[in-house]
Amino acid sequence: MDLNLTEDQETIREVFAAFFDGETGPERARAAEPIGFDTAAWDRLLETGAPAMGVPEAAGGGGASLADLAVVAAEAGARIAPLPLVDHAVAARLLADLGDPSACDDGILAGTTIVGLAVRPAVDGVARVVPSGAVAHRVVALDGDRLVLDRPESAGAPDGPGAGHLPNHGCLPLAHRDLAGAEVLATGPDAVAAHARAVDEWRTLTAATLVGIARTSVDLGVAYVMEREQFGRPVGSFQAVQHLLADLPGLVDGAHLLAAKAAWAGDRASAGIDGVLDVDHNDVTDFPALAAMALVAAGEAATIASDRSLHVHGGYGFSEEYDVQLYYRRARALAYVLDDPARECRRLARMLPAPGAGRGAA
Amino acid sequence: MDFSLGERAEAFRDEVRAFLDEHLTTDVVERMHATGTFNDKDFNGAMAEAGLLAGAVPGYGDRDPIELYVLFNELEKAGAPYDGLAVTMLVAGVVNAVGTDVLREAVLPRLLSGRSNCCLGYSEPDHGSDVAAITTRAVRDGDEWVVDGQKMWTTMAHEAEWVILLTRTDPDVPKHKGLTMFLVPMDTPGIEVQPVPTMASERTNATFYDGVRVHDRWRLGEVDGGWAVMGVALAFERGVMGGTNPAVPLLRHVRSWAAEAPSPDGGTMADDPLLLERTARTAMANQVSQLLTLRAAWIAATGGLPGLEGSMAKLYATERYQQAVGWFQQMAGAEGLLSFGVDGAAADGWIDYDGRHSPVTTIYGGTTEINRNNVAERHLGLPRAR
Ligand SMILES: Cc1cc2nc3c(=O)[nH]c(=O)nc-3n(C[C@H](O)[C@H](O)[C@H](O)COP(=O)(O)OP(=O)(O)OC[C@H]3O[C@@H](n4cnc5c(N)ncnc54)[C@H](O)[C@@H]3O)c2cc1C
Repeated sequence: MDLNLTEDQETIREVFAAFFDGETGPERARAAEPIGFDTAAWDRLLETGAPAMGVPEAAGGGGASLADLAVVAAEAGARIAPLPLVDHAVAARLLADLGDPSACDDGILAGTTIVGLAVRPAVDGVARVVPSGAVAHRVVALDGDRLVLDRPESAGAPDGPGAGHLPNHGCLPLAHRDLAGAEVLATGPDAVAAHARAVDEWRTLTAATLVGIARTSVDLGVAYVMEREQFGRPVGSFQAVQHLLADLPGLVDGAHLLAAKAAWAGDRASAGIDGVLDVDHNDVTDFPALAAMALVAAGEAATIASDRSLHVHGGYGFSEEYDVQLYYRRARALAYVLDDPARECRRLARMLPAPGAGRGAA
Repeated sequence: MDFSLGERAEAFRDEVRAFLDEHLTTDVVERMHATGTFNDKDFNGAMAEAGLLAGAVPGYGDRDPIELYVLFNELEKAGAPYDGLAVTMLVAGVVNAVGTDVLREAVLPRLLSGRSNCCLGYSEPDHGSDVAAITTRAVRDGDEWVVDGQKMWTTMAHEAEWVILLTRTDPDVPKHKGLTMFLVPMDTPGIEVQPVPTMASERTNATFYDGVRVHDRWRLGEVDGGWAVMGVALAFERGVMGGTNPAVPLLRHVRSWAAEAPSPDGGTMADDPLLLERTARTAMANQVSQLLTLRAAWIAATGGLPGLEGSMAKLYATERYQQAVGWFQQMAGAEGLLSFGVDGAAADGWIDYDGRHSPVTTIYGGTTEINRNNVAERHLGLPRAR
């Protein structure tokens, strides 16, 4: 067991923390509204090689693990970076996994061609509310049992970045994508499984992003209540305010550990190591189960943390001027864009082996 | 990060599981609930003989400290009697950390045999959360101290050979500075134990100290240094030694009940959409509780004192446990109200049991509010509120 980042991961964390501090942050996120894409920051990001970081070396990428990517995602989330980094990383890994070198081409590896993932199956030939649909040049989607690649001439189709953007709660680059004419990459159970695996990676990295959002939400709340005075003292000295905040570190750290464990399980699954799913004894190393749990836990941590943080800002929290509202809206958007967490929970419950299938005990 | 326990801890876990498969009989579980004493000296003794207690004392021995977490986590998950053992091993850890060599030699081998127990004498009738304000007096008389006062909630006192007793030795200084800790043999004349029954099956006690003469060699730590000893004891207690995975047996019992119980809407309760959702939420919370506890263990294993991390684990785990109990109690309806041994009781009475037991988990071992105060002040850096 080792709950520290590896030395390499610590370096990755520092490098990306510095990058996102310099190139992103609340001001840039605000400026990128309503579409939720910062072209200049994306161009700078290409210089770091981040877009191909998670693609296997054999396919021309950086060979980073899901655990490495989760470290980057958390740093991006902490600064609400308006960049489709998670979607691109996951979709590029999926394309590379298909083994067809033309699918994950140089443009995708460089990041000049942005690729997104339709996390929900298409309905009537349309991938609806695709998380990076308004900025992705290409989108991988599941249409029935066909895995397809939508590649119109320009991002967002048909008029370039931002086209088709659906104004939304979190100012994410959401868009519907019509899959008519999309290229078929694979069909049958393998196609469905490949998409499911990619969505589990998306769950894991989105969970990490949400953990970053949650963490900064707590920091904003704590900083504000130390500074704001009422009745002649900082509002942070009132126990009612303190207790709203005191629940949060455990909630956020717990979600962080769970997201990290999901990423670890994902990397083990890639290496062919089977996981265990025995909730009767709390032994869970199964990747799909942990990915679902991580997204639910991190969504909860981010929505609760940003809610409480906003609340302890009083009226200023509700004003556009203060940053906490940016975090509040993105927390909900990322937590709910895949599905209702309750349905996600029911899906998880249906994955569980029947009771008693694990080890026996009273 | 690596979330596997590692070969050594995994091998140890398998040993614990094999032990439980053999020794955690229905008899042991029924006896514990019938007597309300979550301590079984034969069971503990068998554990010692199987070599499982060598790593059970925090900070003592050469075992991997993760094993400490593994041991208590497995006992808790299996629903074994471990409360008495956890307190005993905790006191052993304190004796090892601050006791004299003489005390260590006199006490540790007996505690490690599993057949001798300790209890915690901190709380008093008028002083619980504000434990530094206790008034039980210890007055020096030559080589001895004379103790007078009363303790409350002295769980396991009726089974214990020793009580770790927090006393006031100087009433004229600020409250934290006039405390001294002793390890007092329970058979010392002047000690009286009276049972305090609770709404759950577990029993606790009030203990009375009337002119109790304690030799100075039983002192733990410095005279008037009792608060520092409390700090060590609390850091050992929080998180690592059980108490943060109570919803694991709950979920196991609920799942086996739901698989059989007919639903008024047709099918079984296992098909009920709300039950499915709550099952998953509980399984998720159990993972988070486990990870927060593991983190505390990890910090201890790498040389730190995980006080605040333990507080976070306890806050999260106990509130989620109570929430889950509330959910499943409602969903089990009338049958969920029926107790152990009653015909038709949902989950053989476990839902009634957890409904009775769960309220105490946010009270003992430091209440939720006290833990929130700790996190607010010492982790978030907010000003002292009181
Ligand atoms: C079954 C059981 C077993 C126990 N076993 C032991 C044992 O073995 N040994 C032992 O020494 N003790 C034991 N205890 C005692 C336990 O530690 C105390 O009950 C606990 O510390 C709370 O103290 P209290 O009961 O006096 O409540 P109080 O301190 O009177 O608290 C009452 C309420 O006020 C709140 N409160 C108090 N102070 C503050 C504050 N500063 N800010 C906000 N809220 C506050 C509390 O959170 C609580 O909700 C046990 C208790 C129980 C019920």
